[in-house]
Amino acid sequence: MKNTSKLVSALALAAMTSTPALAGPDEDQLWVNDEIQMVTEVAAPAHMENIDTLYSGWRYRSNETQAIQMDDFENPGFVGVENAMVSWAKVEGDAGESCQSCHGDVESLKGVRAVYPRWNEAAGEVRTLEMQVNDCRVTRMSAEEWGYTSGPMANMLALISSVSRGMPVNVAIDGPAQATWEHGKELYYMRTGQLELSCANCHEDSVGLMVRADHLSQGQINGFPTYRLKNTKLNTVHARFKGCVRDTRAQTYKPGSAEFIALELYVASRGNGLSVEGPSVRN
Amino acid sequence: MKKIAMTVAALVASAGLASAGAVAPGDVAFAEDGSVAQSLSGAAGDVENGRKIMNKGAGNCIACHQVTALSHLLFHGEIGPTLDGAADRWTQAELRGIVANAKNVFEGSMMPSFYKTTGFIRLGKAYTGKAHEGEVMPLLTAQEIEDVVSFLMTLKEE
Ligand code: HEC
Ligand code: HEC
Ligand code: HEC
Repeated sequence: MKNTSKLVSALALAAMTSTPALAGPDEDQLWVNDEIQMVTEVAAPAHMENIDTLYSGWRYRSNETQAIQMDDFENPGFVGVENAMVSWAKVEGDAGESCQSCHGDVESLKGVRAVYPRWNEAAGEVRTLEMQVNDCRVTRMSAEEWGYTSGPMANMLALISSVSRGMPVNVAIDGPAQATWEHGKELYYMRTGQLELSCANCHEDSVGLMVRADHLSQGQINGFPTYRLKNTKLNTVHARFKGCVRDTRAQTYKPGSAEFIALELYVASRGNGLSVEGPSVRN
Repeated sequence: MKKIAMTVAALVASAGLASAGAVAPGDVAFAEDGSVAQSLSGAAGDVENGRKIMNKGAGNCIACHQVTALSHLLFHGEIGPTLDGAADRWTQAELRGIVANAKNVFEGSMMPSFYKTTGFIRLGKAYTGKAHEGEVMPLLTAQEIEDVVSFLMTLKEE
């Protein structure tokens, strides 16, 4: 049997090398608006066991898709940013407050995207940015919370991310966040559904390969929310996770669930060092 | 009405035929090396139907494999090796075993187990993302496995 599997891997190798056009990431560099330089390739953080170099998902996309992200006027995600600017200033809820009345200019949230999900001491929980926004809406504005993956939420996240663009992702995985991180890691390697596939099977073992018509990236989340040409809207992290889990013919976790929060912290940490790109453009 | 009744009757008849001599997923006799000597359905495979299963639906083999004989179809994946010459490398029994449950042949393989109904984590209802309910069907029926295997047996280079 050993001989045969050797033969198979030799064959697999031959199959890969015979299609050099679509091997790994491309060599392109990402400048946005000729102004913000994005780190799309960087040495992996120490906690990564099977990957040496991180690559942004941008490096696996076609030149056409890449170009759209290089100019905010072309990037349809900025329609969402503009809409969020309106809600930023809008008084909502019984407390008579707006985001602006407390936070002032959105620039005051610069750097925030890069460190979330993050442990919140007062609440005693790991919080995603979505949770924090909803917490402000409910406890500080007495307004209704936004749906976890809803349009207004995706737009607000695009606005908050946009002011951190170019900064390195740097989520903390130790201390009180460690248990959540470990849980996320477990989920990342768990083979789910009738196809019995884990995130790692596709985004670690098969990076750079084609699965049907899709060129597999490392499944990084530094670009979220992402404007996808496929569904022509801004997509939140948990909505994307949900789609990937569903594609293994599994019962998905719910957006905002403990599982997806843990998975988000873990996946974010796999991107520590890449630039915040959101809102990015993907297919 | 008559038409519908006839179609239903035909469906029942063909379903009955397919399952007549079929081995249930839990009862497949895998040899030490993961091969399966006997036809799972008790019948011969249909090459043409096998060719279709390679492309679409639950088979979708070309999501991961390149097959020159199917090069008219778009987008062949590269997760697994090319299947060109598969019949030169493997016997029919070995191919049946690989398609039924590749993990018996290649430890930890990414290739789905097409004739298996137990041991899944968070089994969903197809691609809906919802929980599965009721009896679990394998990804391919016994006859569909035979059809795919007979198509694979045509992939010879030598
Ligand atoms: C009444 C005042 C108030 C309003 C209104 C308010 N916030 Fe906050 N927000 C705060 C305070 C205070 C904190 C920090 C305390 C904490 O961590 O809970 C905070 C924290 C945050 C943070 C996390 C910052 C960090 O450094 O971790 C984000 C993001 C945020 N708010 C977004 C919003 C958005 C978006 C809105 C409007 C939908 C909003 N806030 C409305 C008071 C407010
Ligand atoms: C069957 C293979 C497969 C599995 C399993 C899978 N994905 Fe994906 N995923 C894809 C494909 C294909 C894409 C789109 C192309 C790309 O960016 O890799 C994608 C895209 C993504 C993206 C978007 C990347 C970007 O740059 O915007 C994220 C994030 C992601 N996946 C996370 C996950 C997580 C987390 C899991 C496990 C819960 C998972 N995926 C499981 C196939 C898979
Ligand atoms: C998710 C990806 C995936 C899918 C879908 C898939 N396979 Fe595979 N297959 C693999 C991988 C990977 C291998 C290589 C063995 C290994 O190391 O795991 C393989 C190996 C094989 C082999 C042996 C390789 C050889 O030498 O020819 C055959 C035959 C095969 N697959 C047939 C099929 C058929 C038929 C289907 C559809 C019913 C299918 N595969 C679907 C991933 C896949």
